Amino acid sequence: MPSDINPVTPPRRKIRPRPVHRGKFALRMMAWVGLAFLHFPLLVIIVYAFSTADKSYVFPPPGYTLQWFAVAWQREDVWRALTLSVQVGVFATLIALILGSLMAMALARRKFFGSSSLNLMMVLPIALPGIVTGIALRSAFNSMAIEYSIYTIIIGHATFCVVVVYNNAVARLRRISPNLLEASADLGATAWQTWRYIVMPQLASALLAGGLLAFALSFDEVIVTTFTAGQQTTLPIWMLGELFRPRQKPVTNVVAVCVLIMTFIPIIIAYWFTREDSQVKN
Amino acid sequence: MAQPHSNLSPMRRVWKNYGQLASLLILPLAWFAIIYVGSLIALLIYGFYRLDEFSGLVVYELGLDNFLAIFSPAYFAVVMRSFLMAVAVTAASVIMGFPLAWYIVRYTQGWRRLVLFLLVSLPLWSSYLVRLYIWKLLLAKEGIVAWIFTALHLENLLDAILSIPVIGGSSLSFSLIGTFLVFLYMWFPFMVIPMMAALQRIPHNFLEASEDLGGSTWQTLRYIIIPLAVPGIAAGSIFTFSLTLGDYIIPQVIGNSSYFLGQVIYVQQGTSGNIPFAAAFTLVPIVIIGIYLWFVRRLGAFDAI
Repeated sequence: MPSDINPVTPPRRKIRPRPVHRGKFALRMMAWVGLAFLHFPLLVIIVYAFSTADKSYVFPPPGYTLQWFAVAWQREDVWRALTLSVQVGVFATLIALILGSLMAMALARRKFFGSSSLNLMMVLPIALPGIVTGIALRSAFNSMAIEYSIYTIIIGHATFCVVVVYNNAVARLRRISPNLLEASADLGATAWQTWRYIVMPQLASALLAGGLLAFALSFDEVIVTTFTAGQQTTLPIWMLGELFRPRQKPVTNVVAVCVLIMTFIPIIIAYWFTREDSQVKN
Repeated sequence: MAQPHSNLSPMRRVWKNYGQLASLLILPLAWFAIIYVGSLIALLIYGFYRLDEFSGLVVYELGLDNFLAIFSPAYFAVVMRSFLMAVAVTAASVIMGFPLAWYIVRYTQGWRRLVLFLLVSLPLWSSYLVRLYIWKLLLAKEGIVAWIFTALHLENLLDAILSIPVIGGSSLSFSLIGTFLVFLYMWFPFMVIPMMAALQRIPHNFLEASEDLGGSTWQTLRYIIIPLAVPGIAAGSIFTFSLTLGDYIIPQVIGNSSYFLGQVIYVQQGTSGNIPFAAAFTLVPIVIIGIYLWFVRRLGAFDAI
């Protein structure tokens, strides 16, 4: 804006061209430092997975080898832990999908007495420290004399996975135009038909994304799991054991890389399916 | 959702709506009320029981002993340590997250922004334990961080940092500095995401107006951007603060042997088998987080999540 429009009140301070690119350069540097801090460690573990060192975490690695992948592949305990984690993840995700989408349909377009409390109740399992949820479930199982098993793990996981499905589903439901629902009703569709042919096709990819995120959350969860598992070892519990009492460090490195890749894939797919929902939210 | 039967009387439509709502809510409500709320109540009740010192069994009589024991000086030190760590991690997340969030929101668009957004959120969802494990490798005595210091001929600097009392230690992985770094690494994306949402809402003409009126970059930042980013920062701080406060695994793996809140709970219920005391002690993080939530609510945190 030219400053000579109003000559009576001159600007207090002389306007000089702002050093735009210098400011931007410093900003860009700081931003990339932040990103590097986040991602550099992830690259490091990949290097370590190929290291020939088997007793220490020495850097740089003395040599590179593929043999630890073969060794890890043969490990029974890793496979058992992986299988249990997948089983728990699948069942917890299924329960979360059912409960989360029901909640989303109930709350997406309604506001009633207690609806915000319901919302809070769903968020609490992940908002409160995991140790609170964990020990609460443990004392409940104890006082009801329920034996720890895969089912107690699933119950714990499903409880904190619901909110992930709910968030995705509710964001999508709110984007569905009410006109579509009215049009469907005007054309004589029953509630079920509207749901089946209008809502469901649009909701499906949000549910898929929510399900994938719920699975990733469950697959990775360790705190609640330590309280709700008896002798069962999920992959994170196995990993936790290795953190304190490493048996074969290179095997742990390999498993770490595999877990990282296994969790990245569902997250990227989920992100792809919901990229528009999050833009609307912003 | 849809109300196709508009020929129903208004009263019956209301009842039909309630019926629909009830049928949607019954399953999730039952699950949460019985399993989750029920567990929390069980936890609270357990806090009033006590452990018989000789038999090691839980005595099912109500009493306040556990809650009184919380106020001993040993536990107070633990509470202060956890609280200060949570505050430090939150502050560092703000300082580190702000340029990143501002850069993504203001200077990128299209697919670049999508990729950067993904790069920020990807670590949040990826394995917590794997990332913790990586930090054990990074900070180990012969690990990569020490190697970088040596390569830059800065061993003395590293030794000087490690010889700082209280927060130093024999190596980074056995010091509170290490604990702090790992906490920061784990939780700072939680700060960036709500921050980006808040910064995105600042209208561009506010910045132009500030510039036109002769505001320097610093003044624009100080008087326009930061005040408008406060709700986002407050929202992010809920995560960084409460996640740091409740975590018991990170300080167990990386750090000197001083306890944090979560570890007290974990050890009490695990090795000591004293579930009643552990249950009572869970109230400490809950109360601190409750107070914190009340505080940030006034900064507008809940509108920014």
